[in-house]
Amino acid sequence: MKIAVCVSHVPDTATRVKIGADRKSIDPNGVTFIINPYDEYAVEEALKTKEKLGGDSLVYVISVGTDANKETLRKALAMGADEAILLKDDNPRDSFGIAGALADEIKSLGCELVFFGKQSVDYDDSIVGQITAEMLNYNCVHIVVDFKLDGNKITAEREIEGGREVIETELPAIITAQKGLNEPRYASLKGIMAAKKKVITEKPAAASTNFSEVIEMNLPAPKKPGRIIGTDSSAVPELVKLLREEAKVI
Amino acid sequence: MNKFSGLDYFDITSLLSEDEIMIRNTVRDFVSAEVIPIIEEHNRLSKFPIQLVPKMAELGILGPTLPAKYDCAELNNVAYGLIMQELERGDSGIRSFASVQSALVMYPIFTFGSEEQKQRWLPQLAKGEKIGCFGLTEPDYGSNPGGLITKAEKVDGGYILNGAKMWITNGTIADIAVVWARLDGIVKGFLVEKGMKGFSAPEMRGKHSLKASVTSELLFDNVFLPDENLLPKTVGLKNALMCLNQARYGIAWGVVGSMMACYDSALTYAKSRIQFSKPIASYQLTQDKLVYMVTEITKAQLLNLQLGRLKDKGLLKFTQVSLAKRNNCEKALDIARISRQILGANGILDEYPVMRHAANLESVITYEGTHEMHTLIVGEDITGYSAFD
Ligand SMILES: Cc1cc2nc3c(=O)[nH]c(=O)nc-3n(C[C@H](O)[C@H](O)[C@H](O)COP(=O)(O)OP(=O)(O)OC[C@H]3O[C@@H](n4cnc5c(N)ncnc54)[C@H](O)[C@@H]3O)c2cc1C
Repeated sequence: MKIAVCVSHVPDTATRVKIGADRKSIDPNGVTFIINPYDEYAVEEALKTKEKLGGDSLVYVISVGTDANKETLRKALAMGADEAILLKDDNPRDSFGIAGALADEIKSLGCELVFFGKQSVDYDDSIVGQITAEMLNYNCVHIVVDFKLDGNKITAEREIEGGREVIETELPAIITAQKGLNEPRYASLKGIMAAKKKVITEKPAAASTNFSEVIEMNLPAPKKPGRIIGTDSSAVPELVKLLREEAKVI
Repeated sequence: MNKFSGLDYFDITSLLSEDEIMIRNTVRDFVSAEVIPIIEEHNRLSKFPIQLVPKMAELGILGPTLPAKYDCAELNNVAYGLIMQELERGDSGIRSFASVQSALVMYPIFTFGSEEQKQRWLPQLAKGEKIGCFGLTEPDYGSNPGGLITKAEKVDGGYILNGAKMWITNGTIADIAVVWARLDGIVKGFLVEKGMKGFSAPEMRGKHSLKASVTSELLFDNVFLPDENLLPKTVGLKNALMCLNQARYGIAWGVVGSMMACYDSALTYAKSRIQFSKPIASYQLTQDKLVYMVTEITKAQLLNLQLGRLKDKGLLKFTQVSLAKRNNCEKALDIARISRQILGANGILDEYPVMRHAANLESVITYEGTHEMHTLIVGEDITGYSAFD
């Protein structure tokens, strides 16, 4: 079976982002980029599924973006993915535009099972997987914490408010991974060396419409410094008053 | 898991290849996830975290520069150095384990062993299924291993080994010991296996340093070794010194990890600790300390990188390794002590890593050639006069 994993290349959550001169994108200088953390769960699940299936199953990793995304593709190859495809577009795309390129590639590869991260931690749209499924007319289970494949049949558990929902569906399908789905493996050093020999296929991303446009980016207003109103129990009445009248939380 | 981003004041990362960066980052994340959360507890209990061995093996950090045909990752020496650096950011004891297994056990078997010895031992050592140790130092011969008195005698079908080694990292947990002994007056390497009659390896207790590492005596009382347990290509003490040279190279890199851990701790603390209404980081005396650290770390990083590039080109001289080991250990110890000073009373607690690193580095500056011995090695090289024999 051909399995695909779609990965995005995002600023490290630990770095402080600055807004670029165009006010529409972040300034990449000094920012470390990493594989989107939720995509690591997606890669792991694809690899586990391949290992369970055995035979001649293949895992493809696909990313839409610029040359910079190769770093993330390499990481997935080092974890054990078989082939990597970079769908190049130097212009920014919205979720719909990205999904269009991915759907086109997944179709031409003939992948029946596709894993995504549940969301990309850069724009946090949490929608690319579902749009891609819609475009391909695939089943889709979003925010998955447990996944089983038996023949054609999929049993997936997803997180919902206060509990879990068990869903049965079948291939072809798109699964979006949530933290807890698995424990992503480290790229072993042998894996890293082996990944050097694997090629990353580059091709232009298929044309697709964007339905939204970034007009302007702004940083959130700086947090106001905290206030200490006292250090012992005599401060409690004042604290209650402020929580009620000023913060309006009680 | 707290992410560690290291210190790279001169963008030295830009001098590394893509795979060297990926290897460094992978080991860095491994240390953050697997070593940092457990190390203080193990150190407090003087316990080596043996449960990490299979994980380190799976990652591929045991004997990582050796060929793929022995199940090794076949990395270059810069990548090896970066691995040591990241491991020692966790703890010098963890780095010591990996150093001994790679540079002092797998390297001599690979370099001086027969093909059968290599086939038998290297893949198992790479997979962490077997643990090794290296026995050179003796109770009466430390800086002067040339005097060693452990002795092998040829008998029918093998050798009889008698003597004692001391201060041997991994000794008690080792399945195989690379032991240096005299055979007809000439120093040769032997493979002594756990369970051989007359061989014991009691652990040395009461250490204030490298507490999360096993240190042992090796005792040989008429131990019979079959012929095939001699490392056939060993011809003298210089072979043992070749192994030390590999390990010293790793130490020069490793201690930069300790430096970065201490600096990171000191900087974070200095920015948040308020005295006289201001963070202590705002005082000139504290800044002087922090700037000294950044300067010495940066110098050591550049020194190591060039050391590694020379080694990869086959141009490295052992005297250069001595200079780097000597300098970096000394600076690491300085940085650990200064960090401790910045942390005030908190610096002595194991809530922070600095005192552990400071204590560990007292071993690191002593083993693999003391600071003084490396001074004399470089001193002889530049003056032409040997000050020690
Ligand atoms: C935790 C730990 C782990 C170790 N692991 C191993 C191991 O796995 N395998 C192994 O074989 N060994 C190991 N060692 C031993 C280590 O290599 C020796 O301790 C080291 O070589 C120094 O020997 P020594 O302790 O006998 O000191 P000595 O040689 O007695 O030196 C004492 C002091 O005298 C100085 N000195 C000696 N000669 C001279 C001179 N000519 N001029 C000026 N000063 C001099 C030294 O620099 C030192 O300051 C380990 C040691 C420690 C602490």
